[in-house]
Amino acid sequence: MSQLNLGTYAQNTWCPGCGNFAILNAVKSVITELVNEGLVFENIVLVSGIGCHAKIVDYINANSFYSIHGRVTPAAEGINLANPNIKVIGSAGDGDAYGEGLEHLIFAAKRNIDITMIIHNNRVYGLTTGQYTPTSPLGFRGRSTPEGTKELPINPLEIMLAAGATFIGRGTSHGIELLKKLFKEAILHKGFALVDCLQVCVTYYNMYEYYDQRAYELKNHNAQDFNQALNKIREWDYNADAPIALGTFYKKELPTFTERFYQEKTQTKDKDSKIKELLEASI
Amino acid sequence: MIDNFSVLIGGKAGFGIDKSGAIISRLLNQLGYRIYLYRDYPSLIRGGHTFSIIRASKIRIASCLFKIDFLLALNQETLDLHRSRLNKDCLFIYDSEQVKVNPALTCGTGIALGKILKEESAPEVMRNSCIIGAFAKGIGIGWEALDSVLRKEISKELDLNLKVARRGFDAAGELARLPQLEQKSLPLVSGNQAIGLGLIKGGLKAYLAYPMTPASPILHFLAEVAPDFGLKVIHPESEIGVILMALGFAYMGEKVAVGTSGGGFCLMTEGLSFAGMAELPIVIIMGQRPGPSTGLPTYSSQSDLNFVLNAGQGEFARFIVAPGDPEEAYYWSAVAMNMAWKYQIPSFILSDKNLGEGVFNFDSGSIKEIKEEASLLWDRKSIYKRYQFTDNGVSPLAFVPEKGAIIKVNSYEHDESGITTEDPNLATMMQDKRLVKGKYLAQELEGFESVKVYGNKGSSTALLCWGSNKGACIEAAQNLGLKAVQPLVLSPFPLRQFQDAIKGIKRLICVENNATGQLARMLEGYGVRIEDKILKYDGRPFSLDELEERVKEKIK
Repeated sequence: MSQLNLGTYAQNTWCPGCGNFAILNAVKSVITELVNEGLVFENIVLVSGIGCHAKIVDYINANSFYSIHGRVTPAAEGINLANPNIKVIGSAGDGDAYGEGLEHLIFAAKRNIDITMIIHNNRVYGLTTGQYTPTSPLGFRGRSTPEGTKELPINPLEIMLAAGATFIGRGTSHGIELLKKLFKEAILHKGFALVDCLQVCVTYYNMYEYYDQRAYELKNHNAQDFNQALNKIREWDYNADAPIALGTFYKKELPTFTERFYQEKTQTKDKDSKIKELLEASI
Repeated sequence: MIDNFSVLIGGKAGFGIDKSGAIISRLLNQLGYRIYLYRDYPSLIRGGHTFSIIRASKIRIASCLFKIDFLLALNQETLDLHRSRLNKDCLFIYDSEQVKVNPALTCGTGIALGKILKEESAPEVMRNSCIIGAFAKGIGIGWEALDSVLRKEISKELDLNLKVARRGFDAAGELARLPQLEQKSLPLVSGNQAIGLGLIKGGLKAYLAYPMTPASPILHFLAEVAPDFGLKVIHPESEIGVILMALGFAYMGEKVAVGTSGGGFCLMTEGLSFAGMAELPIVIIMGQRPGPSTGLPTYSSQSDLNFVLNAGQGEFARFIVAPGDPEEAYYWSAVAMNMAWKYQIPSFILSDKNLGEGVFNFDSGSIKEIKEEASLLWDRKSIYKRYQFTDNGVSPLAFVPEKGAIIKVNSYEHDESGITTEDPNLATMMQDKRLVKGKYLAQELEGFESVKVYGNKGSSTALLCWGSNKGACIEAAQNLGLKAVQPLVLSPFPLRQFQDAIKGIKRLICVENNATGQLARMLEGYGVRIEDKILKYDGRPFSLDELEERVKEKIK
């Protein structure tokens, strides 16, 4: 297996023990594997938002689009629509994708557009030094909620399933082999894929032990079955204590927006004569 | 009157007033008249009062008059609201079943539209075809001419419409006879269509927009012609989605434009600033309407100049052009696309409802040659750096997929390769790089006619206008013996050309559709003091007669 030179000279500024390292290593390893299997390296574009997660694009020597907070999804969609052969891998934080950018995520799932979204879900704002996010549990004490939050978290996977995502998976930063498997499956999936990574923020919300005690891998699960997927997704609501299933919850092949959109395109005529024709018809 | 006259057709929204305006415009256009159509409609789907004014003239025009010569009233409200506009020898056609007319108003011809429709078993919405038939007869247009225009304009239930129009035609008497003019008829286009065509000419590949008046017609037009030009036309979930998707297209090397109005543009400003930082080329059409906030959604305004000049955090170069008619809209939309890609900056086409939704003649012959220009591309020899330092600040472009190139764009401050940096020297150099592009752009614009002059060039008094006020200002200046000055490019401001244009001017009267005089304020920043302003901010355009009165008051 040949090694790509995927490292950059950017100094890594994640905290020691940060869960992002596992995601970074898994992404690099999956890119290498896919390229060795024939994927054209230049056809890969990484997109990230703003937050600790987003630095991933500085650390990988590949095409990248370092977007703004909450706006990973639409940028990834634009890239895919410009050229459907491009493998777009979006990295976004939970504040980024489930908070400020949730609208885009829902619409991307609704369109079943052919992109992959990797959510670095540490359930806390790290870069802005410790506030609650859409997936923090009720009562989470952060710097903006010193008395604890008064609102329940969302279950992002349930939202994604309802919105029409055709690939939904979950892993943790303590399970790099599963992450690799999920990322590869998601990238190769035709349609909208989302992998929620329970990535641990060692500085503001260290959940390593919590996840280690409750996480288990899905077995004998039919990912083609919407209802089974829904049941497994609902088992843990990101709030109350419950077993936390990992793996592929849902996977279905359905027509993508990209395919339907490109079907409609017809032959381009000579631009100038067509402009002239339109003008003359208006006399 | 035969040289220059106006027709007003009015009724409720849902009466087909828009279509009627288009039919009447085409009829008069085919007689060789030059046309300007103004559409006035409320923000609703059924009911309310809506009207169109079609002005026809032997010479080119781009403004309306308050006074009208022909009134076609489909309901009482139309007569009541517009009675004061009637010229002494006006021709007035009305639905005699709907409109009560004071016997003193002797110029009217009543037609029992409802009765005709009933006899033909036609739906009520066809009353407009019937009254147009009567109007065509009234001004001496032959049936064949009307028949051919109706065939071009009407797609639904053509035969029944023709029957009803014929009944109206037969019911009316000939009251005047407009001559066929000895000049070629020209195409009729809206400002919005001209912008769309100009963008296509400039190489547009993708257009993204969320519906918002008065920019939505560009979305509709481009969606309709998309198959002919191989365009990708997409309507995403919000204006934020619009601009971010568009920046994805730009990254991939596809020429892209977005269109919106003030409220939608508010949402786009984070994407705009990102485009400035990441040097992603994008064309933004900003169709102005009165604010603040929702304001008067279906009316016009020039109150977002300041906003567009300053929108987005941080400092970056931008190109802003404000065309005043469809030829300028076409030409400068292509230029805007070229400049966006040549300098890798955001380009704005600052329009408004009066330009966008107004319909004008389009004289292709008067437009300078314009071509899609090639962007500066990577030579494929050196190591690719997306933000490579160069003398003019413009770095060579490469687009995914490009073997041997790693293409990194970044919203953070970054180094030449596109990797995030917080280094103070690099930060300064990158900021300078982005700004110096604006200086080279300004230099290039010296080669364009960025400021135009009209009217009496020897006059020491000039009307200063921008955007859609051009038409009324030129005509007023001509009628009053004044000069008119129109800066087309507003950023980077063509100061030298502007100073040439106002040389010898002692009195500069700024005419704007806003409440504070935003162009005047901008010019004060360049040391040009403007004492006199004629401002109008009720959402309606300046009519020529109204503007002339207000100018006369100033110069008396």
